Amino acid sequence: MSTVDAVVAPLISAEQRKQARSVGFTLVVLGIVAAFVLGNRPGDAGFKLVDSYIFVIPAQPFARILALVLIALGAAQLLKGFGKWTNVVLSIAAATFVISFLAWAASGGSFSFTGMLQDTVTRSVPIILGAIAGILCERSGIINIAIEGQLLGSAFAGAVVGSLFGPWAGILGAIAMGVGLSAILAVFSIRYRVDQVIVGFAINFFALGLTSFLAARVLTEHPDYNILSPLRPIALPLLSDIPVIGVVLFTQTLFAYFAYLAVAIATWSLYHTKWGLRTRAIGEYPKAAGTLGVDVIKLRYRNVLIAGAVAGVGGAWWPIGMVGRFDQNITNGRGFIALAAVIFGRWHPVGALSAALVFGLAEAIQLKMSNLDTGIPSEFLLMAPYLVTLVVVAGFVGRSRGPKAAGQPYDAQ
Amino acid sequence: MQLELRGITKRFPGVTANDNVNLTLKTGEVLCLIGENGAGKSTLMNVLYGMYKPDEGKIVLDGESVVFTSPADAIAAGIGMVHQHFMLVPVFTVAENVVLGVEPTGQFGSLDIDKAREMVREVSDRYNLNLDPDAIIEDLPVGVQQRVEIVKVLLRDAKVVVFDEPTAVLTPKEILEFFEIVKTLIAAGRGVVFITHKLKEALNVADRIAVLRRGQVVGEVDPKTASESQIAEMMVGRPVRLIVDKKPHAPGEVVLEVKDLSVVDADGRTMVDHVSFNVRAGEVVGIAGVQGNGQTELVDALTGLRNSTRGSVALDRQDITSASPRVRHAKGIAHIPEDRQRQGLVGGLSVAENLVLTRYHDEEFSNGIIMDWPAAHRAAENLIAEYDVRTPSPDVEASTLSGGNQQKVIVARELSRPLRLSIAAQPTRGVDVGSIEYIHSRIIKERDAGTAVLIVSTELDEVMALSDRLLVMYGGKIVADLDPKVTSAMDVGLYMAGSRPASTVNA
Repeated sequence: MSTVDAVVAPLISAEQRKQARSVGFTLVVLGIVAAFVLGNRPGDAGFKLVDSYIFVIPAQPFARILALVLIALGAAQLLKGFGKWTNVVLSIAAATFVISFLAWAASGGSFSFTGMLQDTVTRSVPIILGAIAGILCERSGIINIAIEGQLLGSAFAGAVVGSLFGPWAGILGAIAMGVGLSAILAVFSIRYRVDQVIVGFAINFFALGLTSFLAARVLTEHPDYNILSPLRPIALPLLSDIPVIGVVLFTQTLFAYFAYLAVAIATWSLYHTKWGLRTRAIGEYPKAAGTLGVDVIKLRYRNVLIAGAVAGVGGAWWPIGMVGRFDQNITNGRGFIALAAVIFGRWHPVGALSAALVFGLAEAIQLKMSNLDTGIPSEFLLMAPYLVTLVVVAGFVGRSRGPKAAGQPYDAQ
Repeated sequence: MQLELRGITKRFPGVTANDNVNLTLKTGEVLCLIGENGAGKSTLMNVLYGMYKPDEGKIVLDGESVVFTSPADAIAAGIGMVHQHFMLVPVFTVAENVVLGVEPTGQFGSLDIDKAREMVREVSDRYNLNLDPDAIIEDLPVGVQQRVEIVKVLLRDAKVVVFDEPTAVLTPKEILEFFEIVKTLIAAGRGVVFITHKLKEALNVADRIAVLRRGQVVGEVDPKTASESQIAEMMVGRPVRLIVDKKPHAPGEVVLEVKDLSVVDADGRTMVDHVSFNVRAGEVVGIAGVQGNGQTELVDALTGLRNSTRGSVALDRQDITSASPRVRHAKGIAHIPEDRQRQGLVGGLSVAENLVLTRYHDEEFSNGIIMDWPAAHRAAENLIAEYDVRTPSPDVEASTLSGGNQQKVIVARELSRPLRLSIAAQPTRGVDVGSIEYIHSRIIKERDAGTAVLIVSTELDEVMALSDRLLVMYGGKIVADLDPKVTSAMDVGLYMAGSRPASTVNA
């Protein structure tokens, strides 16, 4: 610990300046795209909010006005900067850009905007749960690269157990698989002190290989092991009657409600309970907790196993909450997106929730776009969620600081 | 309460860290455990604190044998420990750190942080420690962090508090405050175990002094009658000269001239702020200061490891501001870096390889492509003999040597050639008394041979003893240029803390 507080520090660091500049360029680039791409299609776009109301946006003028505003904001950011308002300005600009993009895509027709937002939430669910699993591990000092494998393994277990014994048993089966894979991570990284990133990768490939093999060999021969009726969305009384929001948030399957609950419980527990204080302590400086008599090893095991259970529910979402079956590599990288959400959300459950919603939105837009005739190749649209991940992780998370002890095995001596 | 360690033996692969140690600790007194680095002090205390399981021997508490399997057991038995490296979570508040492990809880296991604040305030007020429960640890000066550690221990109602090298990171003023706290603890009927390798401090605060050497208690002395040199001899096992022998200096021409130098760190903070000074031939200039006030960055800039943002550095009137480290080395600058393991040595290379690390490209050791290993070996063997490096062979990995011998390897490599300027940062950090004596004598020998010497050290005693002229760095600036012969350590300490001695304020 140095006492550099004695030195007068400039108001912003070099890294912050770099970040401010990249935000400025992003705004200008978005503005140029809005002017030249989004402004080239005449016609009105209908955003259907509720059955009886369609909000109409004239695509071309909207894009042009937005372009001017974005370029002006970008210039202002480059010249002067918005200081602490930078992120707010950027978020509003990005949201408006997305609306302009949708107007461009839907110009001359209309689409269900509310339905797209509902899809956003639905698609975010496994990412949210995966991210919570990641946060529980990393906050305790264990890097969890294996979220993808845990989701995939439990999706498989959920499909098979669910097909044989019903959806509730399927969820339990998925949880058991999630906990099992977590146990591998825990034993190797805590007990045997193997590099946590390597164990995580091994689990991912193990889960992918095993489930692909079993799906190809066993499930194709016994199709009855891989068919079940997924849970239906439940409209919550009263809450689901709110216009737009009711459909978006409160007409969802149990998985979404569980995800909301998981975020709330994780946030409260991490910051307002004894368990949370100890968990954060062993992720930052385990020796400090250890010398005060906290059993670091036991707490790490416990948290990694709980994380496995949460990831298990996330994995069960595919067969039991969505499609009713398992396919090879059905998770298709959502676990890695959840990992990005952990970092983008700065190891905070609410932050990860926001990040997961951004990724969910990218997926939902991609789904909508394939229905609308935009001329964008569908392969490119499938890339969208990953592209968003790349941009977000590369551009805006540079300075976030994770738990200090993540990745370091704890040695009581 | 009376705590006894009986026949404690703790072995690690290849070394017996504690060998049949017997000690008695009582409440109401200060026991000082003194010994060189590696004498087994910390191991012994970790055994007492339940972190290590002893191979032999037992711990007896008020006549009853007890077994500690974890720190939790030791805490429950009334033993508290303030570690050398503070066990504080940097991003937590004071209150959160203090209650960790004994959290007050409300409904549904929720954390009662108000209660925690109150607990901190109560203990802090009772012992006059003046702590803000809501301050974040990483924003606090080291001295305050230590008080947080003390509150942690007191809150768990420790009867005996063990301090492991508590003064190593403190400023002179903080050290005095710390001694006051120790007195308060004794007055409150608690016992204190004070681990140190600093003789003055031991004589200052201890009621009893136990001396450890190579894992054994070699004797107990009474601080009222013992002298520094007597204890030093017990620690090292032979007579040691504690004073630096030096003749009056005869400064010659200016060798190093630093003008208006500024250095910025990776985060854009100005760490060296418009610094100017000279070092003359045959003169030792010391730079004192609390860690983190720009000394590291200054040395990096002088040795070419970091770019400066303004100002100039000249050696013998030649500008070397942007010269590479190799060029500076070739011009006769020696560098003993502050971080031995990371900058001074390559731990995985042999002692011989480390000894030629700055000269491997000389004609003496290579023809441009192929190394002449026999020549390098001969040179290494000569240096090992000349600088008294205790190593089983020139071929063992440098990381296997003790701290003192590693430092001698660096000193041998850096000083064994014609020099103009020698820059030594923390030359004796973590080095045993015997090696300190040797390294100091080497530095003075360089000075007497007409080399300009710059010493940077946070050990005030060291920098005062070696320097002919003493500069103090605070907040990236040089705030004082003093003559160590007529300046008191207390005054230098005040400059180091950013204030000014009263005498100069009035003047």
